[in-house]
Amino acid sequence: MSSAVLPGSATPKAREITTNPRTSDKVFRGVVTSFGFSALVLLTLIGIFLAVRGFQTFSTEGFHFVTGFKWDVSTDEAGKITYDMGIGAMLVGTVLVSTVALIVGVPLSVSVALFLTFYAPAKIRTLLISIVDLMASFPSVLFGLWGFFVLMPMATYWAKLIYKYLNWIPIFDSPQPYFERSPFIAGLVLAIMIIPIVTSVSREVFAQTPLDRVQAAYALGATKWGMIRAVVLPFGSSGVVGGAMLGLGRAFGETVAVYTILNLVFRPNWHVLFGAGGNIASLIILKWGEATGLETKALLAAGFVLFLMTLVVNMAANFIVGRTLKSGK
Amino acid sequence: MTTTEVKPLRPWATTPRQMAPMALIFSGSFFITLFVLAFTPLKGKLAFVVFFFLFSSLANTIYSVRKRGRKALGETLAASVIIGGSLVVFLPVFSILYITLRKGIAGIHMTLFTQSMSNASFLDPVGKGGLLHALIGTLYLIMIAMIISVPMGIMTALYLTEIKGPGSNFIQFIVQAMSGVPSVVAGLFIFSSIILATPIKASAVAGAFALAILMIPTVTRTSQEVLLLVPADLREAGLAMGATQWRTVATIVVPAARNGLITATILGVARIAGETAPLIFTLGGADKINLNPFNNYNSALPFYVWKGLTLGTPESLARAWSGILVLIVLVLSLFIAARTLGTQKMKK
Repeated sequence: MSSAVLPGSATPKAREITTNPRTSDKVFRGVVTSFGFSALVLLTLIGIFLAVRGFQTFSTEGFHFVTGFKWDVSTDEAGKITYDMGIGAMLVGTVLVSTVALIVGVPLSVSVALFLTFYAPAKIRTLLISIVDLMASFPSVLFGLWGFFVLMPMATYWAKLIYKYLNWIPIFDSPQPYFERSPFIAGLVLAIMIIPIVTSVSREVFAQTPLDRVQAAYALGATKWGMIRAVVLPFGSSGVVGGAMLGLGRAFGETVAVYTILNLVFRPNWHVLFGAGGNIASLIILKWGEATGLETKALLAAGFVLFLMTLVVNMAANFIVGRTLKSGK
Repeated sequence: MTTTEVKPLRPWATTPRQMAPMALIFSGSFFITLFVLAFTPLKGKLAFVVFFFLFSSLANTIYSVRKRGRKALGETLAASVIIGGSLVVFLPVFSILYITLRKGIAGIHMTLFTQSMSNASFLDPVGKGGLLHALIGTLYLIMIAMIISVPMGIMTALYLTEIKGPGSNFIQFIVQAMSGVPSVVAGLFIFSSIILATPIKASAVAGAFALAILMIPTVTRTSQEVLLLVPADLREAGLAMGATQWRTVATIVVPAARNGLITATILGVARIAGETAPLIFTLGGADKINLNPFNNYNSALPFYVWKGLTLGTPESLARAWSGILVLIVLVLSLFIAARTLGTQKMKK
């Protein structure tokens, strides 16, 4: 009824209906979209800059840069500087330390995630979740300090115990009885550092378990653990794997804590308990202060290798986690 | 007339009768463990924890199996392993907070917040000098990193939630990949792209650039989660009133998510406040107050801690601990602020 319009008030003109967005919308969409792609641009720039700056190293050292075990810069009598740079020993160290972190950290994270999802009383659950999140925001230099002054004295004793009873297993053997500042202790600290991320991913995945399957298991008379084993773990296992890989990515790139704890030695060392090792990130800050010329470029190249490693692991991890989370919906 | 208030019955609640055996089991295993440690060569806290755990879970399992049959065997064992594992995880948190407080308090003194290290060395007794320069540096770093990464993060989140363009799945993937970039790589990137290639040398700005790279993914992901919580009804209502998408987002969606977006910013700041590794390449590290963020070396709290840590004398370590205490207080208050804002949002 058009008579509803009060006399005296102008009838607003009907908006012309089109599917064409207004100019303001076009600008808005353009601006937001370009910001949206900035993440991609940044990530590409990181790769390009590190690769270009490190190119000289890759071209002179070739594949030897990844497999070589030496990092030497020497000046001979004529003043000619010779470089022999390889990050092989540090790669070995990175893998070793990260493996320890995963072996210790992942089972603990899964048990915390299960506890938080199925066992914890509702009253303390939010508090405990906050504590786990808080752990993630501790600065890594704090983990380094704590690891060095609090954990190391205890962990050295544990290392001695393991060495005493298990040294017939090759990796628990040690060339010298020096157990401080070992990959084992660095791995333990890294384990604590990756627990928050692995826990939160696992918790998210466990919480996505289809409720009908959970209830079906209970209806068939399953105990809580029976339900977890039959429903939650099969459903969430690939998500846990993804979470563990995210943790692995973090462990690869951890710098300050590892630098503080490990006794950095340029020699491939497979003995977990022996106090010698390293990782790529700690190599970079160890050599940074004194590096000049080609050595700086070599460090940038090492950074590029680290960037690629973490990128691949992270992308794979996100792919797996994303697939699991979608399958629950 | 009196009304009788009916108290709800809770037939499932644990009765004292059920509590008694539990208390017995735990106190029993406590004393057995003490006994074992006293009369065997096993010594130490580790042995105590391990044996207490073993005895109590064993006793608990036997009790439940007797009471509920064989089915309870796996159930009880699994529960004790899961609870034990969680305790192992929560212990380090308290240990870390305790040691920071205990060691950090020793280095807190009057001049800590009023002086810089320009007239003192890290090797001097703790009473000399302070970390004012580091506090100012950290403030600069946080502010500049926020100016860069908050607009970028929120805009990216808007792209992912409001525009949902053809590339949004891919961008989502890229943002996730970016959140895994190691901090040391971010520092190297800024070194090679800005410090080597532009007139900007190691300074607060360069450091903030590196931190912004780490902060963008955090801000993006949290903002995205918050924007997704804004009901679709609100957007539709805005559009149905004839508003353009731009007006809808600017006047309805973003204000509705305001608290959440602030939370996202705070979480981003908490993420970068303690980062040390990127600053080693980009900040330079000064010992005196530098009020110019664009020029000359600057300092930051994590860098101050790092310096104290690498020097390694008792005095410098005491400085490192007090620096980390200040840093932790900062991170904790940011964290609590984010939590409070986050729960306010949920209550609405």
